[in-house]
Amino acid sequence: MDFRLTKEEEAIKQEFIKFFDAEMKNAPPEFGNGGLEGIYATDEGFEFHKYMARKMGERGWLSMGWPKDCGGRDASIMEQVIFDEVRGYYNAPGVDGFAVGMFAPTLIAGANKEQKNRLLPPIARGEAFYCQGWSEPDAGSDLASLTTTAIREGDHYIINGQKTWTTGGHKAEFMFLLARTDPDSNRGKGLSVFHLRMDLPGIEIRPLLYMDGKHVYNEVFFNNVKIPATDMVGVEGEGWNLTRQTMNFERSGAGGFSGAKRYLEKIIDYVKTTQRDGRTLSKDPNARRKIAELFIASEVGQTLAYKISWMHQKGDFMGLITAACESKLFSTEMAQQMSNYATEIMGLYGQLEAGEHAPMDGSMVELYQFVKGATIFAGTNEIQRNLIAWTGLGLPRLKFRP
Amino acid sequence: MDLDFTKEQEMLRKSVDEFLTKECPFDSVREIEDSEEGFDKKIWKKMARLGWMELHFPEEYGGLGDPFADLTIIMEEMGKKAFPSPFFSSVVMSGILLVEGASEKQKKKLLPDIASGKLLITLAQYEQDGSYLESGITLPAEADGEDYILSGRKFFVLDANIADKLIVAARTTEGVTLFLVDSGGEGISFQKMHTIGKDNNCVVSFDKVRVSQDNLIGSPGEGWKILEKMAQKATVAKCAEMLGGCKESIDMTTAYAKQREQYSTPIGGFQAIQHYMADMRVAYDTSLYYLHKVVWMIDEGIEASKEISALKAQVNEQYKFITERAVQIHGGIGTTREFNIGLFYRRAKAFEYVLGDTDFHYERIAEALEL
Repeated sequence: MDFRLTKEEEAIKQEFIKFFDAEMKNAPPEFGNGGLEGIYATDEGFEFHKYMARKMGERGWLSMGWPKDCGGRDASIMEQVIFDEVRGYYNAPGVDGFAVGMFAPTLIAGANKEQKNRLLPPIARGEAFYCQGWSEPDAGSDLASLTTTAIREGDHYIINGQKTWTTGGHKAEFMFLLARTDPDSNRGKGLSVFHLRMDLPGIEIRPLLYMDGKHVYNEVFFNNVKIPATDMVGVEGEGWNLTRQTMNFERSGAGGFSGAKRYLEKIIDYVKTTQRDGRTLSKDPNARRKIAELFIASEVGQTLAYKISWMHQKGDFMGLITAACESKLFSTEMAQQMSNYATEIMGLYGQLEAGEHAPMDGSMVELYQFVKGATIFAGTNEIQRNLIAWTGLGLPRLKFRP
Repeated sequence: MDLDFTKEQEMLRKSVDEFLTKECPFDSVREIEDSEEGFDKKIWKKMARLGWMELHFPEEYGGLGDPFADLTIIMEEMGKKAFPSPFFSSVVMSGILLVEGASEKQKKKLLPDIASGKLLITLAQYEQDGSYLESGITLPAEADGEDYILSGRKFFVLDANIADKLIVAARTTEGVTLFLVDSGGEGISFQKMHTIGKDNNCVVSFDKVRVSQDNLIGSPGEGWKILEKMAQKATVAKCAEMLGGCKESIDMTTAYAKQREQYSTPIGGFQAIQHYMADMRVAYDTSLYYLHKVVWMIDEGIEASKEISALKAQVNEQYKFITERAVQIHGGIGTTREFNIGLFYRRAKAFEYVLGDTDFHYERIAEALEL
């Protein structure tokens, strides 16, 4: 058993730290507390996301884990985890979750050569930004029941239907879309994956404001949108399998846990520098207990992320499915607990979203609201629990009615 | 990074599992629990021959000098079998305490006997007020010429009813001081306490017990430091045992949920049950990986005080959570004496108190974070 990083890994970690420490000083005030809101809610935030993406692209960091023949350098899992961890600690934007996190792996797994050559390099350079066209009003957790159609007509496909919860749809230049190419099919059969531009005629984007009023999500309507057949990725009708292959399973969640550590440092700083009831808040027994609990969760979570990387490195893919579901579940519920405890500790000030009186620049109040989305998106936590029960414990799967 | 155990460690795990499966099935566990001695000498003697008791002792005292990780593997497997024995009090707590604080002469004399299973030693630390703190140690040891006289009572002394010797934490003018006494000596009496763990917690009374200077462990006033050192490893070893119990509880419940049918379907197919079980699995996996990290830190000599406290608090809470859900999923049968899950439900509560409850460790973390 050895949890230590190698000398090379330590060195690269220092390089990442140096970069993020310097570059994050360029964050505009509109980027606020970062996260999806920091990136998508304002023009300035999105510009900073693009700026950071280009900087990382220049260093080859966005594509480090890609195979060499796709323009990557086959970096080790550990190197990628260290990168995520450092980036998460600095809460830095620039790694487009949809382009780099989801569509690039889909392309690598299923695209033809022409598509790889055309679509991967802009992602690697940090120049292409995507949104995700998966969820529909009636297809959430049960994604395979989606009904948006893409019907082949000569050299084109004609798209009709509606997508929703489209994070960043109002900022991204591109979308990757999952649609039904066989209108008579149901569930996972007859679905295909597409790349498309968001400014095509027939696409209408409507904001779906979050509860705090910020613009992150959108509804996207398709009315006879025409896209070239060359932008269909992989085999027609096999899009479900391609999608499932790249559904987050390999993520360690390292960034989320190191981000939580950073927040915890700030909470500790807050209680040590705040006076209430004639004493420093850090001497309040409730605050002490809550912070101890948060410390435990962040420690345990970080070790889970390392374990996931180790499973990946070893090629234990069954173990990975369970562990990645555990990580999503654990990290989002930990963030919920953290934002709740922190705002409880703050007392009356725990309701301030922003302004000169807001502790921690309102980050915990923002998290308290936005994390409610995190336990729902990217596979609700109930879906994660199902998967853990099925793959991790071998309990019987849900039976679908045909 | 390498987060796997070695082949030898896996073999050790397998051999402990096989031995206890054969020698101490759950029916025997219940019998031992119900006996006055709370201990099976025959199993103990056989076990002593397998070399597990000397495994972590340094080689210069007849041990094997194996890493601490190996000791935690044994504890984990014992936890899976809910195995009642003085392994924790004698080999883990007292053994480690002696290695940390005893003189060369004492170590050479005592450790080989502990390792052979011949000698059972336990630690008498807590007192009537139930404090885990240094200030809770008040039992006076009054200097009398070359000797000390101990008077008072110690509470929650594990296995005092079967131990040959006691290490008593008492207070001298210099502070907390440790004394080694024969449990059968004049002025010493004990009474078993009725615990949820059905284990050998005892009240031990000291009525003007005379101890000679040779039987001091460490120097006068050095006792707390030695106890703290012991507690670092012993706490983690206990967590390993607890996590073994978590694993067995989950395995047992999974098997039950697959086999028990209601409404013509296995109850494991119901989402309510699946979600409980998923949460149990997450609680177990995350705690186990953290155990591995803390064990590694200890073997590497990395300062781990707050991590050890984080681990114990985490495992305290998760063992209770897992066993509570496990009994719930078993339904009525889970609440009976004859069904095995109850062994673990009770142990989760009993072990919560070993070397610090959750609130104690929360406070330790808060101190370590300089709050």
